[in-house]
Amino acid sequence: MENAKTIISKISRRKFIVGAGGFTFLITTGVIWPKLSAENKTANDGTITAWVHLQPDGKVIIYNPAAEMGQGSMTALPVLIAEEMDVDWSMVIIENSPIIPEIYGSRGFRGGNSMITVGSRAVSGYYEILRQAGAQARYVLLYNAAHKWDVPIQELTTDAGVVIHKSSGRKMLYGEIAEFAKSPDKIPKIPKEQMKQPGQFRLIGKNIPRYDIPEKVNGSAIFAMDIQLPNMVYGAISRSPVNGARPVNVLNKDSILEIDGVIDLVTLEHGVGVIANSIETAFKANKQLQIQWSEGAKAANYNSVEAFEKYENMAEDASIKGSVIKNKGNITNALQNAEKTYSSYYKNDFAYHAQMEPLNAVVSVAPDGSSAELWVGSQAPVSARRAAAQALGIAEEKVEIHPCYLGGGFGRRSMSDYVTEAAFLAKKAGKPLKLVWTREDDIAYGAFRPLSVQRMQAGVDKSGNIVGWSHIVVGTGGRLMTSGVNTLFYTFPNQHIEMRNVDEGVRTKHWRAVGHGPNKFAIEAFIDEIAVGQKIDPLEIRRRLMKNHPRALNVLETAAKMANWGTAPPPGRGRGIAFAERSGSLAAGVCELSVDRGSGRIQVHNFWVALDAGVVVQPDNVLAQSEGSINFGLSSVLSESLTFKNGKVQQSNFHDYNVMRIADAPENIEIKIIPSNEKPSGVGEAALPFVGGAVSNAFANLTGIRLRHIPFTPEKVLEALSS
Amino acid sequence: MKTTFKLNGKTVQVETQSDATLLWTLRDHLGLTGTKYGCGKALCGACTVHLDGMAVRSCTTPMSMVTNRSVTTIEGLSKDNSHPLQIAWVEEQVPQCGYCQSGQIMQAAALLQNNSRPTREQILAQMNGIICRCGTYTRIVRAIERTAQNL
Ligand code: FES
Ligand code: FES
Repeated sequence: MENAKTIISKISRRKFIVGAGGFTFLITTGVIWPKLSAENKTANDGTITAWVHLQPDGKVIIYNPAAEMGQGSMTALPVLIAEEMDVDWSMVIIENSPIIPEIYGSRGFRGGNSMITVGSRAVSGYYEILRQAGAQARYVLLYNAAHKWDVPIQELTTDAGVVIHKSSGRKMLYGEIAEFAKSPDKIPKIPKEQMKQPGQFRLIGKNIPRYDIPEKVNGSAIFAMDIQLPNMVYGAISRSPVNGARPVNVLNKDSILEIDGVIDLVTLEHGVGVIANSIETAFKANKQLQIQWSEGAKAANYNSVEAFEKYENMAEDASIKGSVIKNKGNITNALQNAEKTYSSYYKNDFAYHAQMEPLNAVVSVAPDGSSAELWVGSQAPVSARRAAAQALGIAEEKVEIHPCYLGGGFGRRSMSDYVTEAAFLAKKAGKPLKLVWTREDDIAYGAFRPLSVQRMQAGVDKSGNIVGWSHIVVGTGGRLMTSGVNTLFYTFPNQHIEMRNVDEGVRTKHWRAVGHGPNKFAIEAFIDEIAVGQKIDPLEIRRRLMKNHPRALNVLETAAKMANWGTAPPPGRGRGIAFAERSGSLAAGVCELSVDRGSGRIQVHNFWVALDAGVVVQPDNVLAQSEGSINFGLSSVLSESLTFKNGKVQQSNFHDYNVMRIADAPENIEIKIIPSNEKPSGVGEAALPFVGGAVSNAFANLTGIRLRHIPFTPEKVLEALSS
Repeated sequence: MKTTFKLNGKTVQVETQSDATLLWTLRDHLGLTGTKYGCGKALCGACTVHLDGMAVRSCTTPMSMVTNRSVTTIEGLSKDNSHPLQIAWVEEQVPQCGYCQSGQIMQAAALLQNNSRPTREQILAQMNGIICRCGTYTRIVRAIERTAQNL
């Protein structure tokens, strides 16, 4: 058996620059280069693409620009190229593209080219770019075949890896063209009309098996955690238990350094690192470290359970002016003049990402310190590379990054704190170093979905129409709390939306679907409260609110139909409906559940879901993402709670931070994808935001009792039932 | 400390510290990185392997416990993805990030070895120790049921 220390990861050997034989399509504003060289890699004006390498044996290497964290875009993105290039999919090899945003980026949130994989944007962000790249690559093949045969290019067609000249019956395999391909002087931008129309798709909308799955069933998929380098040492870090505290002194430094296998201690701004010759030794020393921390960090007084009351008071306090997100009509008058008003508080605890692969990174610094290599699973490889470069005091281009599979991202891996740390430790070690966070570290120094309080108020007129709607979000997390707070598909004549933020000094971060989870929960549950109060069917009340949005309404109606809405649920079960949009996609779900009145445990039996995500590139993968989103969402709705006491995270591992297990997953999830020719929208999170509302509404339907605080743990359910 | 045991059918000897666990020995000494670290406390199941055919959590299995016993990891389940569960896992397109999946498959393999026709309840009970954060549970159940039907 090979010794791991001698294995250099297969990823590090994968070299991008191709040698003789074969043809890389580098398309730059009308010029195509036969080969991508180190020099012209960076020469660009922002419109360069270099996506495909064609080999003489007909194999087509397609470069994937996005992080693969389970969402499947590593397959979906190359499908877009292959579709327009008209490639035989069985000939496709997928490799990671180099991290060069100028060439491989899509348009970022703030403009410019970005290679960050967040917000369910991979497929929607690359849809046009990669189809164009594929169409241009096909043009180059046609151009070369036309020259070879001396026929007009217009007479040529293609079919799955073959160029065809119909009138003479001649055919040429793509691989044959690679042998003699030359670049045309000009390569036109292919107009939309000349690209495939949805009816002509051979790959888009079909179920292409995911490229990464075979190596994910036999343990050979490489995560950064799996990288082994010769002479590698290991690092672990004890980080400040209260965010912002600094290590003042290591009280047992000598005894730590005496532990067999401990090489060094490194003091960082926010913690103390151990370098050791094995991971287990690093973990052991990390646990034994006794550190004296500085006092007075802002977060030190923070108690999250008590914070709710403070936030409720803040929501009531008319003297506080938060940031107004929407102000339409006159909410004060609308509420004053309403026939009846409703008001409720909705709440949610902090939630932890709990990606299954704890954070880690491998950094190897050159002996002279002038360059380095970085292996990491990152949603933001550009910022990861920058973080390493800054920590090492070298230029960004001196850091070669090797993107690895991510064992879950969910927003946590778009932060690069763990890369900075790994680089610091590696520099100190003078050897390749793998930094691994223990699960305990990963929770204690997590960055969480914010806790928030939602103050909901509504006014209803004589006919039961909602004439005023006010939603004030209070919590710690700033703009992370506002995504999804707007109601894009419900029309209210008077509406006020506001966010009031307190910076408590704790770490918060995007978490799958961000604020949409808590906000849509509050919105959807509150609508049902009004529906119940007004004796209007929950579907009907939404129909009225959505009447100006037929596409969204169709999604809602579809889910209702799937669930046989209007018929009585089986005895002992309740049903609830909810709608939510996320990353451009529209989704609605009907939840059917029962509750064990002895234990307080909620069991979800059925989830019927309708989704409109525009053109769907990989339908089965969209189903998988939706199932995953429902399970992920349900986990946070039923069991996940992270709390702070005196600024310290109170949970430490999976025994007290409860991620949903298989027995608590819905027995049945049925998803209908609504056919559409609209531009694709995001699917990685779309089926998450409606879950909280659907569950709360189903519970109320069954018991008459409203659950308003996520998570609905058995204890809280029992308490609610007995009140 | 030297430990001799059977690993995926072959006898191996490995030198480790006396308190080393099977998980890190497999990963860092023997080069088998398919077995994953998720919690280190027998709470998540990512590190599940077979010890004499039984599913165990390798993160809390000391090396001293494996002496002269037989360990099977995901790498030893089949040479070519041909184990019925691997086939079903591909057919049902189960993995997402994939990090938990070695543990899922090893746990399921142990289940089917003892009970080739498990009920849904038995599947849930056996698989409940293995967390999948990506939420592939729906497909895990389907893949196990499909495999059991074909056995
Ligand atoms: S790593 Fe062993 S059970 Fe989690
Ligand atoms: S596939 Fe990602 S944790 Fe299971």
